[in-house]
Amino acid sequence: MNRLGALAVAAAAVFTVVLPLFLKPYGIYLSSTWVVLSIAAMGLNLTLGYAGQVSLAQGAFVGIGAYTTALLMHAGVPYPIAFVAAGLVCFVVGWVLGYPALRVQHHYLAFVTLAFTTLVFLVLRNEEWLTGGTYGLSGIPRPTLFGWSTTGAVSFYYFSLGILTVLTAGTWWMLRSPWGRAFLALRENPTRALSLGLDTRRYTLMAFAIGSSLGGLSGAVFAPLVQYIEPLSFTLNLSLNLLLMVIVGGSGFFFGPFVGALVAVLLPEWLRFIQGYYLVVYAVMVMVMMAFSPTGILGLVERFVKAVSVRHDPPEPVLQAKRTSP
Amino acid sequence: MTSFIQLLVSGLATGAIYALIAVGFTLLWQTSQTINFAQGEFVMLPAFFILEAMYLGAPFWLAILIGIALSAVFLGILFKLIIVDPMLKHGVLPLVISTIALSLFMKEMVKNLYSSNAQPFPALAPPIDLHFFGAVISTQSLVVLGVAISVVLALHLLLHKTRLGRAMQATAQNPTLARILGIPVRRMVLYTFLINAVLCAIASILISPIYLAKFINGETLGVAAFLAAIIGGFNQVRGAIFGGFILGILDNLSAAYLSSTYRGAFPLLILIAVIMWRPQGLLGRVEERTV
Repeated sequence: MNRLGALAVAAAAVFTVVLPLFLKPYGIYLSSTWVVLSIAAMGLNLTLGYAGQVSLAQGAFVGIGAYTTALLMHAGVPYPIAFVAAGLVCFVVGWVLGYPALRVQHHYLAFVTLAFTTLVFLVLRNEEWLTGGTYGLSGIPRPTLFGWSTTGAVSFYYFSLGILTVLTAGTWWMLRSPWGRAFLALRENPTRALSLGLDTRRYTLMAFAIGSSLGGLSGAVFAPLVQYIEPLSFTLNLSLNLLLMVIVGGSGFFFGPFVGALVAVLLPEWLRFIQGYYLVVYAVMVMVMMAFSPTGILGLVERFVKAVSVRHDPPEPVLQAKRTSP
Repeated sequence: MTSFIQLLVSGLATGAIYALIAVGFTLLWQTSQTINFAQGEFVMLPAFFILEAMYLGAPFWLAILIGIALSAVFLGILFKLIIVDPMLKHGVLPLVISTIALSLFMKEMVKNLYSSNAQPFPALAPPIDLHFFGAVISTQSLVVLGVAISVVLALHLLLHKTRLGRAMQATAQNPTLARILGIPVRRMVLYTFLINAVLCAIASILISPIYLAKFINGETLGVAAFLAAIIGGFNQVRGAIFGGFILGILDNLSAAYLSSTYRGAFPLLILIAVIMWRPQGLLGRVEERTV
């Protein structure tokens, strides 16, 4: 990463830490929501930005993760175990789902995952004995770790921020490891990667499964944040929103999803004065952006930085975007 | 048995509407590689054009014509010029995202302008129940079936029996070769967008008396169109028609005989089975890979 990018990330990190000092409880709640969405969008970015596959199941994985966590905690399982279980369950489900879909190429993953999201919603709504049906599950406790209770809004925010930091570092490390470089190869030039002996299908599947497990982990943070979950939170709409977040932030950029999640959280607040029309504005924004900068906000920033800097360092692959073409 | 016939007829009627939507969907895919995620909203919207025209005093038949014309302009020409054309150079994915945003835009606009309540929509035929061998069949189902089948037949004749239709097929199969042969490829692509818009408008007129005009209608219809197109075969018009009918019948029969709470699940299971064992669709051809 170049120096400017590192500086921006460091500034953003400091900002997230001091943020609660300036916010009312509602603002802190929104910030925690941003954390949850960022984790899920970061996972989706692996599928979309790196493997170039459209997944409409990320919302369903957030749901599976949230329900897994809630059910296990109700059964008396400690939070850390429930958290890991949520990630594992989603990894396995993602693998099983992606395997048939990725056998056939192109846009099929989009349709299979769309079907999957609807199926998950139906199961969550209909299997009352397990999921509470339309009433959902309530009274999900916020965890106490090593004697530190996260019940308060601020402490839960720091708790979720801690999880986000660990997961971000883990994903970053994974993408930098020799093994993870394959994902970059997948993004930059799949045909070439294939000809160099990389099993692209396996890596695409891996990217999808890991992305799904991040979705599950985001659900594991979401459940104790809202303390009440119901099937309607995890419909196709959530999946579509997460997809738009990744795109708006900049798919293929490591920090794109964070920016996209921020826009998704802040826009309804900023546009409160136009009431119901904020989604209209958002939709128009996405369409305009797709026409002029398919690489999202970070793509715009990158273009801007390149245009103004007299001398620029050779771009490194992690922050360099590629137009996703078929 | 009598209830089976009733279910079959109403399934065929729903299926015919799905088929209309799915055919437009595959046409767009074939000629311009557009996967239109707003297809369901394209069916939701024309009903509101018609309601608006009637509100301004037009009789129903005139309102229908106005609705179809407005659909052709907005959902055909303007959709192509404003959304699709600037995006084509970026590839399939940004266009998919753009149509997702478009569907959100249309849904929210209708919700804001018309409230989220369902609006009653006039039917083409008075609802009379006809009795055939003990089965009760409404005239509405028959009218829907009749209109949809004639539209599909007309489209089939257009595509296969006229010079224009063959030029459109050539454009879909090999645009470069079509251009060399002197076919105005860009105009042919525009025609498919117009046809899609008109098909959506007709589907809207047929389905709105049953579902009522509502901003949310597009969600289920859009998914039904994808499912029909994939089950039948993404690259074949008759595949989409076949898929539409299968889906409509299956939907009605499974809701009645298997489980109504999992009604939505059966088409999805079929979809997954088709993708696993016959990814080109039941009637589709295997697409060759281009380098």
